Amino acid sequence: MNKPYYESGDLKKFKNISDWSPELGKQFFEYYNRVFAEGALSAREKSLIALAVAHTVQCPYCIDAYTQDGLERGIEKAEMMEAVHVAAAIRSGASLVHGVQMMEVYNKRSM
Amino acid sequence: MGVKSLKAKAHALADGTRQLEILNNGIFAAGGLPKFQERIHPILGGGLRPKALEILQLNLGYMCNQVCAHCHVDAGPDRKEKMSRKTLEQCLRILEQTSVTTLDLTGGAPEMHPDFRWFVKEASQLGVADFIVRSNLTILRANKKYYDLPEFFKTHRIHLVSSLPFYKKEKTDRQRGEGVFAQSIAALQELNKVGYGKPGSGLQLDLVYNPSGAFLPADQKALERDFKTALKKDFDLDFNQLFAITNLPISRFLDYLIASENYEMYMERLVDAFNPAALDKVMCTHTLSVRWDGFLYDCDFNQMLDLKVDHPIQHLDDFEEGKLNDRSICISQHCYGCTAGAGSSCQGSVV
Repeated sequence: MNKPYYESGDLKKFKNISDWSPELGKQFFEYYNRVFAEGALSAREKSLIALAVAHTVQCPYCIDAYTQDGLERGIEKAEMMEAVHVAAAIRSGASLVHGVQMMEVYNKRSM
Repeated sequence: MGVKSLKAKAHALADGTRQLEILNNGIFAAGGLPKFQERIHPILGGGLRPKALEILQLNLGYMCNQVCAHCHVDAGPDRKEKMSRKTLEQCLRILEQTSVTTLDLTGGAPEMHPDFRWFVKEASQLGVADFIVRSNLTILRANKKYYDLPEFFKTHRIHLVSSLPFYKKEKTDRQRGEGVFAQSIAALQELNKVGYGKPGSGLQLDLVYNPSGAFLPADQKALERDFKTALKKDFDLDFNQLFAITNLPISRFLDYLIASENYEMYMERLVDAFNPAALDKVMCTHTLSVRWDGFLYDCDFNQMLDLKVDHPIQHLDDFEEGKLNDRSICISQHCYGCTAGAGSSCQGSVV
């Protein structure tokens, strides 16, 4: 049987995580909900950050959830794609900036 | 988006019975999702019952200048059903007799009804506290004969509730048709010119947002803030409130959900988001919906499914408010649309 590691239906089972550790599960979801509430940043802005981070950590559940969340909040596809590019830019920049280390090692070892 | 109604295309989903078959089976069959009745009975200790009648919603007919992809009425230019003068006169008499505080005219595009202006003039003299006309906006710019409607509405102190699915062109036109956004903005500008939506004018202009796809609306207040900011910045437009309305899985929206393979996911979302607090405030508990031919329904959605009131009195001919209040409201799985999240009604969220 070729069952994929990721099942889209598993997302709605996320709350079951509390079953084996109710107190930690409860605290996690309370924390999670407070994080995403309106604050100094709007819930809309937080949703876009979450979408970008979801791409960075390459979590298919989170990408599904925060694309849906963005649609519900009226976030447009151009905004979503820009957020993904921010994630991609930071991620690729993080690789590229290590090139400085490579250059320094190269230069130090070379005559 | 098609240019014909499901009815004109002789589509299976033009039939309310077929829609109810879908809503009562499939994912709601044994072992699937709980039926609405199963969900509410433990909370209410029985069926959903009406409270005092407050809103009389008249569907003047199904003709419309638009063919929107999500329309629960399956309205369009090819729909010819319209309320007769006799039935409109019956409605006026009922307004005189009852405790109704809100008169709500819908369609189709109610402005296209040949007796629309006559009826508005007559009804506006009856002292109903809130007289709503649901306008799709584009009708106000569709033909010169409608250009004076903003002034007409102002004269009769009509409360306008107008559809604008989004504050940007792309999503609006995808749902309602090419060019709809530009025409809607032009209509809003005309309404603003006569004072609608302007602070202190007393001329109420509310907008209706509904999602352009298989997802639920977000927080109404947050959406209202976004709409107000964008419409002011881009077009210098003002309006009063935004009503966020959930798309119910009937008619064209049901067709879309099934064709796009979103039906089961959408129904799961509605069921998961069931909110008992919203159940307490659903619109059908204080509304009667009248079809063009005088038949009575608990709401406009039940009208489209032809779920007539569950009472021996089913027509205006026999109308008696007191007796009619002694009934159970007809429900099916589409009702989850009105109890999801912050709830949904023709006046937006309910909690």
